[in-house]
Amino acid sequence: MDNLLNKLNPIKNIYISVIVPILAIFTALILSSVVIILSGSNPLLAYLALAEGAFGNLNNWIETILKTTPLIIGGLGVALAFRGGLFNIGVEGQIFVGSIASVIIGTTLKAPAIIHIPLTLLAGVIAGAVWAAIPGYLKAKFGAHEVITTIMTNYIATRIITWSIGMNGPLRKTTSFVPETNSLLETARLPIMISDTRLHIGIVIALILAIVVYILLFRTTLGIEIRTVGLNITAAKYCGIKVNRNIVLTMAISGGLAGLAGAIQVMGLPPYNFTAGFNVGYGFDSLAVAVLGNINPIGVVFSAFLFGAMDSGARLMQLRAKVPVDMITILQGLILMFVAANQIIRGIYRIQIQDKKADKVNLSQGWGGGSK
Amino acid sequence: MKNNNIEPILKIENITKKFPGVLANDRICFELYPQEIHCLLGENGAGKSTLMNIIYGLYTQDEGKIYVKGEEVDIKNPNDALGLGIGMVHQHFMLIPVMTVTENLMLGQEKTTGLRLGQLSKLDRSTVSKELRELATKYGLSLNPNAYIEDLSVGEEQRVEILKVLYKGAEILILDEPTAVLTPQETDEFFNILRMLVKQGKSIIFITHKLKEVLTIADRITVLRNGKTVGTTTPNETNMHELAEMMVGREVLLNIEKGQPDPKEKVLEVSDLFVMDNRKLNVVNGVSFFIRAGEIYGIAGVQGNGQKELVETLTGLRKSIRGHVKLLGDDVTNDNARSLTLTGIAHVPEDRQKHGLVMGFSIDLNLILQTYFQSPFSKFGFINLDSIQENATQLVKKFDIRTPSINTPVMNLSGGNQQKVIIARELNRPIHLLVVNQPTRGLDVGSIEFIHRQIVDARDKGVAVLLVSAELDEILSLSDRIGVMFNGKIVSEMNSSEADKTTLGYYMAGLTREKIVT
Amino acid sequence: MEINLIIGLSTLAIIKAAPLVFGALCGLLGERSGVINIGIEGMMLISAFTTFLGSALFNQWTGGIFPTNLSLLVGLFCGITSGALIAALHAVLSIHYKIDQVISGTVINLLAVGLTNYIANVYIDPTHLSGVGVFPTIPIPILSDIPIIGPILFSHQPMIYLMFIMVIFMQYLVFHTPMGLRMRSVGEHPRSADTVGIDVNKTRYVNVILGGVFAGLGGAIMVLESVGRFQKLMTSGRGFIALAALIFGGWTSTGALGSALLFGFSEALGVRLQFGDLNHVKVIVIVSGLVILGLGIFLLIKKIIEKEISIKKFISISILIVLGSIIMIGSNYVKFPTFSIPIEFLGLLPYLLTIFVLAGFVRRAKGPAAAGIPYEKQ
Repeated sequence: MDNLLNKLNPIKNIYISVIVPILAIFTALILSSVVIILSGSNPLLAYLALAEGAFGNLNNWIETILKTTPLIIGGLGVALAFRGGLFNIGVEGQIFVGSIASVIIGTTLKAPAIIHIPLTLLAGVIAGAVWAAIPGYLKAKFGAHEVITTIMTNYIATRIITWSIGMNGPLRKTTSFVPETNSLLETARLPIMISDTRLHIGIVIALILAIVVYILLFRTTLGIEIRTVGLNITAAKYCGIKVNRNIVLTMAISGGLAGLAGAIQVMGLPPYNFTAGFNVGYGFDSLAVAVLGNINPIGVVFSAFLFGAMDSGARLMQLRAKVPVDMITILQGLILMFVAANQIIRGIYRIQIQDKKADKVNLSQGWGGGSK
Repeated sequence: MKNNNIEPILKIENITKKFPGVLANDRICFELYPQEIHCLLGENGAGKSTLMNIIYGLYTQDEGKIYVKGEEVDIKNPNDALGLGIGMVHQHFMLIPVMTVTENLMLGQEKTTGLRLGQLSKLDRSTVSKELRELATKYGLSLNPNAYIEDLSVGEEQRVEILKVLYKGAEILILDEPTAVLTPQETDEFFNILRMLVKQGKSIIFITHKLKEVLTIADRITVLRNGKTVGTTTPNETNMHELAEMMVGREVLLNIEKGQPDPKEKVLEVSDLFVMDNRKLNVVNGVSFFIRAGEIYGIAGVQGNGQKELVETLTGLRKSIRGHVKLLGDDVTNDNARSLTLTGIAHVPEDRQKHGLVMGFSIDLNLILQTYFQSPFSKFGFINLDSIQENATQLVKKFDIRTPSINTPVMNLSGGNQQKVIIARELNRPIHLLVVNQPTRGLDVGSIEFIHRQIVDARDKGVAVLLVSAELDEILSLSDRIGVMFNGKIVSEMNSSEADKTTLGYYMAGLTREKIVT
Repeated sequence: MEINLIIGLSTLAIIKAAPLVFGALCGLLGERSGVINIGIEGMMLISAFTTFLGSALFNQWTGGIFPTNLSLLVGLFCGITSGALIAALHAVLSIHYKIDQVISGTVINLLAVGLTNYIANVYIDPTHLSGVGVFPTIPIPILSDIPIIGPILFSHQPMIYLMFIMVIFMQYLVFHTPMGLRMRSVGEHPRSADTVGIDVNKTRYVNVILGGVFAGLGGAIMVLESVGRFQKLMTSGRGFIALAALIFGGWTSTGALGSALLFGFSEALGVRLQFGDLNHVKVIVIVSGLVILGLGIFLLIKKIIEKEISIKKFISISILIVLGSIIMIGSNYVKFPTFSIPIEFLGLLPYLLTIFVLAGFVRRAKGPAAAGIPYEKQ
């Protein structure tokens, strides 16, 4: 009997990782339609418009892919941090910092594209990594919980960047009436994959990164260290892992990914610059994507795609069914809730399987309370 | 020796309790007479704690009845139990460190003063403190009600626990492994307190796995094994071997067979070591000792005398502030854990789940947690799954680790098998020094025998072994040389052939040679 | 001139601190009983939203026949109720479903932002729903005439007085009542509490929901006593700063008040300096002196109430008071360089301060030992 159960184990895991999220999405859609109805619109019309806006024609598909790209990379960053026991809500600020860094390198450096593009991407990575390493260091050295410090760095980044593209800011495009920076030089822009479309190579970078992160987490010694620190920080110390160094490194990699996402956004989308309101909200979206994807790189790709589709179709939904795009945030919040508390879904739909969350990372540990 | 004229004050009839995958209590029957000390004996996992938790209302039985003073009762929660006069002193103290004794004992039945505002009335700490002082004096327990629990010693905490059940009016006291944390002398004092309580009308259930104590203190003994009652007897009618056999179901080696040690060169040399604990207090105060290859050095002592911090320092988890540690002549003072591992130190930590294993990882991954960065398990930072799995398959066989597969998460293993994983990991590489801390805590007899065998085998292969244990029997049985630790110092050293429990107990309590001789 | 500046800043600091105090009290009730709540931000946002909606709609639907204060009270009721309801959601997710409490709080923050933005876009903006105003300032007779202290402490809108009362009440509740004792036991060592018959989860539910009431007050006060209407994302991190204030204050209500005042000052400073009439450096110096002075007085009062005055502590407190006074008085006589800090950077002060506080004080402060760990009855 035990052997049979073991053979069923992988099936059970797929069941839980796939069926439950699908049901979670379905339930969230139902709940959201209540809100839509109450505000006077037609949910069916809205969802159809959403789907068409995401997949209706080639251009819509491309928009979906473009919206998915930063979510994959940001989601990978958050998932990696989670695996290391860290809650990186600072992705929002790290994306901004990466964007700005890419603007600086992309507008000032003169080099052929083959050098300029990697350097500009690298600038985004480094900026994001450093910005995330600060809360990482504060956590490692002082025990300051990264939830609050990363949120604070988000606000700080936003203010500083707003100033820098403001009236007297150093990065302001002098000939413009709106807060924005100069556009990137041609040599720093990402090449297009299908001519006469907006599809740039960012998605390729994102997918490659998903594979890289997977290998990093599950096939390297660093990955073992990150996961050990995330699951049992004391055991990590007992095994000689340098925990403090690990925390900072995990945050740095996580932030570097976010920064890269920010850079790709600037380098891939016209008008190839940074404006106020750019990339707002990608931080929390990455968070939801990571949790929905079970903090696994493969899951992240799929859930990023789902969210990207929703983000891309939202405009058409607003146009046709008069449902504001904020509905998407509500949907995403509900999905996150149902996935995290999958017992709710299992209860509603009477799914009996008891899963031992053996690899559940406890983020609430080390809140700064109690003797550890 | 049943007295047919007296009703049992507590009667358990056919209590059954199932947990997922294990039948913890199987139709257990048990009687407690008034003013008797009744020992419930069984090895770890026999079902004693489960039964007591049912009586105390923390669990509910699946089947079976409980009678108190002849009447059937339904105990749904601790409040019910307390109402019936049943109080429990837990093995792991149920006290809140940041509160005072008074506050801990008030909890749940708070006396208030002033305006009657229900739960918002003002707490009356002074009245309760006074009551506690009187009660403590009555039973001969000295206590300061306004002390904070975190400042108390372990023995004092235990007295608070006893006072707690007395304050709540318990007539029937359940004591769960109370002597685990006491020196032999404190245990004697503790038994005197028990006798006094019985004289004052209390009835006591005493849960333990320590055979010698049972024969000393019990009026009657009931043995549990695998969730079933095996039998009830008295100290007069039985002996240690018989009890052990009843506990385990087969003949038990009470002492491990080991040959004479053949010690060679000095492997570990500790000189004048000073270490501070997390509160910045000196907790290791100038410790010096050495261990040679091929010998087992046991450190005896009540927990809290610096052993934990000493072990942490020797294994690279804590820095010393003064003194030296040498391994095979090289100074390794304050080296980090990784470097010590590479130099040849192995560590089996005190808390296997918190310190020794990553519960969420599979067995094969746990088996290489100390060596994953070395070949053949990894190269240039990339891990080699095949060699990791091969290693695991080999070790599971060699150490007889019971598991469905090498990919099972270790959280699904029993305690004994989890400890085997750690031992397998630590012994499976060339080492000079093996540090084991409470190696058999909470394990069944079979696992204990296995692990003791592994330790002795390591010694015979030339490893120097440092054994730290709160179980004096384990120290006496395994060690070649014994050091007693008290207040951060090694106060006495002797060969195990010269050691006995009483003498060790005196040193553990801090008495010096002169005082003992006189 | 300086006196007026100090009075103005201090009064503004108290006003700015109030939502933080309420937020911190919400966190206090939760964490002391063992439930971490990082969704305070979302709770305050939703409360501000429902407060506005409640007061405005009530006023609209009753055609303005009732005095505005009644509408405002209706709004307050809505805000408190919404805070309690959202807290109940957090409680159910964390206690019953045992989700990681940090994720549960984040879900609440996400939903709060999405819902309030959505409904604001769909309903409030198109209809140009207008606010009903704010609570009036009610000076306390006699007390408000005391020079300097009077205007600072006794001339406020009613919810500020409520805040002070709540701080004192909570200090009593947590440390001197059975309810507080049980709350703390459940937050420190729930198994011990369980063995003496306390229902751990029920206690947590009650405390978290009660905390939601405070979060409701925190959101409501922003609408009812400051802005008078709802603006999208108006909480801008105050829920998180409230948590930092709680930690910095050692998980006590009086400590939370003290640290919230510190944050309040930083925010007030940022606001006040935006009017270009002041020398930034000079004002910062004066305020630093004020803060040091205030800290000294605060500690002095605290020690007197707790009846522990040792010579050493008295000397260090006196040094603080003297130093603060010297800085403030001496700044009149020093010529400071004129150096204007950009507006955006001024707004950074609270956030930088939060980071500084967390980095410097978390390790030393010991929070409830069982916070963040769901309780499993075995």
